[in-house]
Amino acid sequence: MGRYVARRLLQMIPVFLGTTFLIFYMVYALPGDPIRALWGEKAADPAQVAALRHQYGLDLPLWHQYWDYLVKLVHFDFGSTYTGRPVSDSMAIAFPATLRLTMVAFVIEVVLGIGLGVLAGLRAKRFVDNMVMVFTLLVISIPVFVLAYVLREVFATNLGWVTPSVQDDTNFSQLLLPGFVLATLSLAYVARLSRTSIVENLRADYMRTAVAKGLPRRRVVGVHLMRNSLIPVVTFLGTDLGALMGGAIVTEGIFNVQGVGNLLYQGLTRREGATVVGVVTVIVLVFLITSLLVDLLYAVLDPRIRYA
Amino acid sequence: MRGAKSAKWVAGAAFIALAATACGGGKDGGSGSDDASQKWDPNGIVTMASGEPQNPLQPANVMESYGSDVIKSVFAQLVDYDESGKIVMENAESVTTTDSKTFTVKLKDGWTFHDGTPVTAKSYVDAWNWDAATKNNQQNASWFSDIKGYADVHPEKGAPKAETMSGLKVVDDKTFTIELSTTLPYFEYKLAYTVFSPLPESFYKDPKAAGEAPIGNGAYKFVKWEHKKSIEVAKYDKYKGDNAAQNGGVIFKNYTTPEASYADLRSDKLDVVDQIPTASLPNFQQDLGDRAVNKPFSAITTIGIAYYSKQWKDVDPKVIQGLSMAIDRATITKTVLNGLRTPATGWVAKGVLGYQDGAAGDITTFDPAKAKALIKEGGGVPGNKISIQYNTDGGHKDWVDAVCNSIRQATGVDCVGDAKVDFQADLKARDAKQVKSIYRSGWVLDYPVNANFLRDLYGTGAAGNQGGYSNKDFDALTKKADAAKTLDESVKLYQDAEKSLVNSMPSIPLWYYNVNGGHSNNVSTVEFGQDGSPIYNTIKVKATK
Repeated sequence: MGRYVARRLLQMIPVFLGTTFLIFYMVYALPGDPIRALWGEKAADPAQVAALRHQYGLDLPLWHQYWDYLVKLVHFDFGSTYTGRPVSDSMAIAFPATLRLTMVAFVIEVVLGIGLGVLAGLRAKRFVDNMVMVFTLLVISIPVFVLAYVLREVFATNLGWVTPSVQDDTNFSQLLLPGFVLATLSLAYVARLSRTSIVENLRADYMRTAVAKGLPRRRVVGVHLMRNSLIPVVTFLGTDLGALMGGAIVTEGIFNVQGVGNLLYQGLTRREGATVVGVVTVIVLVFLITSLLVDLLYAVLDPRIRYA
Repeated sequence: MRGAKSAKWVAGAAFIALAATACGGGKDGGSGSDDASQKWDPNGIVTMASGEPQNPLQPANVMESYGSDVIKSVFAQLVDYDESGKIVMENAESVTTTDSKTFTVKLKDGWTFHDGTPVTAKSYVDAWNWDAATKNNQQNASWFSDIKGYADVHPEKGAPKAETMSGLKVVDDKTFTIELSTTLPYFEYKLAYTVFSPLPESFYKDPKAAGEAPIGNGAYKFVKWEHKKSIEVAKYDKYKGDNAAQNGGVIFKNYTTPEASYADLRSDKLDVVDQIPTASLPNFQQDLGDRAVNKPFSAITTIGIAYYSKQWKDVDPKVIQGLSMAIDRATITKTVLNGLRTPATGWVAKGVLGYQDGAAGDITTFDPAKAKALIKEGGGVPGNKISIQYNTDGGHKDWVDAVCNSIRQATGVDCVGDAKVDFQADLKARDAKQVKSIYRSGWVLDYPVNANFLRDLYGTGAAGNQGGYSNKDFDALTKKADAAKTLDESVKLYQDAEKSLVNSMPSIPLWYYNVNGGHSNNVSTVEFGQDGSPIYNTIKVKATK
């Protein structure tokens, strides 16, 4: 177990270097000069442009810039934007906001998704099952932004139950609506995945044994059935946590959450390599760590899986 | 940690107060428009849709609108201008000159910065010297280039030769003189721009900290900046000028998209927006009724000609006149642009001193027959094909296609859009002189004098001249206008220069911009200035009871 974790952690290093360099290179390769663009349509001042380019090391070759970036990163310095503000400052604002939104979405996704899945799976081919299947199909086929606009129009503008935009992202009740919108798509997948898995496992030998032993139904479903059925769901949830964090951009924009998606978007439009690489670096870390956790969770769910 | 937490609570309380205001306001609006009985709350807070300023809030370093909105409320300038473009004194008692080269500025008595220190002649001179120096990296440094000695503190290359500009001299506490390197009759107008703000002594101790919490001399004092959330300014009680705030303060709230701010505005959770989301442009005037704002401001959209390109190098201006006449501005502004733009009749935008209706003569009227004739007379469009370069992230595609259609149908010249992925890429192609044919361009006023739309854009080698246009006659006219003894004379000479552009066609004027915005039921008397941003100090907030 310990060796397995150590090996996985060591594997993270090349993945980490590879992704950061790729992102660094891609931002660098985009057309447009970020310093020049500070002036917009107006004419830039060549002396000032030169001075700023030098200050941010943009006059150095790419490998040199990347090296400088890594050296700074080792000291937990994410660099600064081209207007002199530390990237870590903006990340310290964006990540907690997105994390809260993601948590709300994730909880909704897990509770509702697995709940609906179990409900449907246990009553396969019956009315409830059909309802869940139709509902999830509907949710999957509606684009996120359509759902977001419709729900906002209904619940915020017309009914006035919630604020149309998130005024304060530390207030969880304001995050409910955007959290739900963000969760919908994955929620449908989680529900369908757990349903299928449960329907399959209901026919498994160990289920028959458990029932034959005369175990109470709650124990049969709760321990024997659920535990075995959740493996594919947990895999999905693990990677989805990373996807939620990075993919919240549409929802964040519509509901005015000053989160990672927004930061990334602004970083890209302003060609701020430091911001983009910094945000992506953290997201990559989130992905790596959650996938490690998922792999470790397998052993908990199914003792037959062991790590040497 | 504790401090940060309590700050959050204050913000929370403010929002709750606002929400309460919102409810009350909504009910009042329903009961009828009995404005006379309406009570105003002089301490009411106005919320304004904004975004995170790009740069630290140092006056000479702020260019984009989010930052300049805040700077404008916190700093007062020597002069200001009214709606007709006429200059009025603000912090200055008088600005006088006899030769349009040396200006003497006298300050009003009793003005103080928000930290209590007096505003003196030195506050201005020191600030400008600091702003202009290359090493301080102020984005707007070039604004000081008219002043004598600028090249010494801000050379184009190499190390600066001096610390201060020789053209600035403090006479006494309340008086200083500005000497320019050449005559410039309209220099006084430039002084209204926020770049020329004074700075308090405390600024130089830590300019970076001052950029996080600016101390100004304006109608509002800075309260706090919660990054990515909001910037708060409050009424400054000791403000001595004519623009005293009629509300308690302004909160510039961060919004990720115009869609989000517009939704908040419609439910009265937000008071003022100066941007309507594209999707709502066709019906926002119905949505908001008399709370909608659709009013021209001093900005213009043009089509620039890449004069350096093979296609246009030796072209007869008649061809460009013909293309201009092939564009049906009236229909395009009405349909494609939802009636939210005003067809242009010249190169100078409305609301600017020296604006003249119909300066471009008949070349902005739609006339397919004459367009075709002119193009033929001028020898035709080389290659019989043009492409309009634009950036796809700016919502320009629809009208570019419409303009192309108009040209194609009227003249038979093939026209396509040349899309660049974003503004960065578009700018790059323009700067590198790689525009293949013609390109979308625009200009918002820097100062309300016609010279700003003429010399700064079409003068040979001018900083804003991206098309490589060069015309000796026009240069001679602007030189004469800059050498004029008085402002009136200069403006008049520039009017002649504008009229002369018809013969050489540096660009095709399309339409003037409108401000499209709106306000909530909680506030009234929301006016927009010529630069397109709201005027905060006159906004009145309805009392909650």
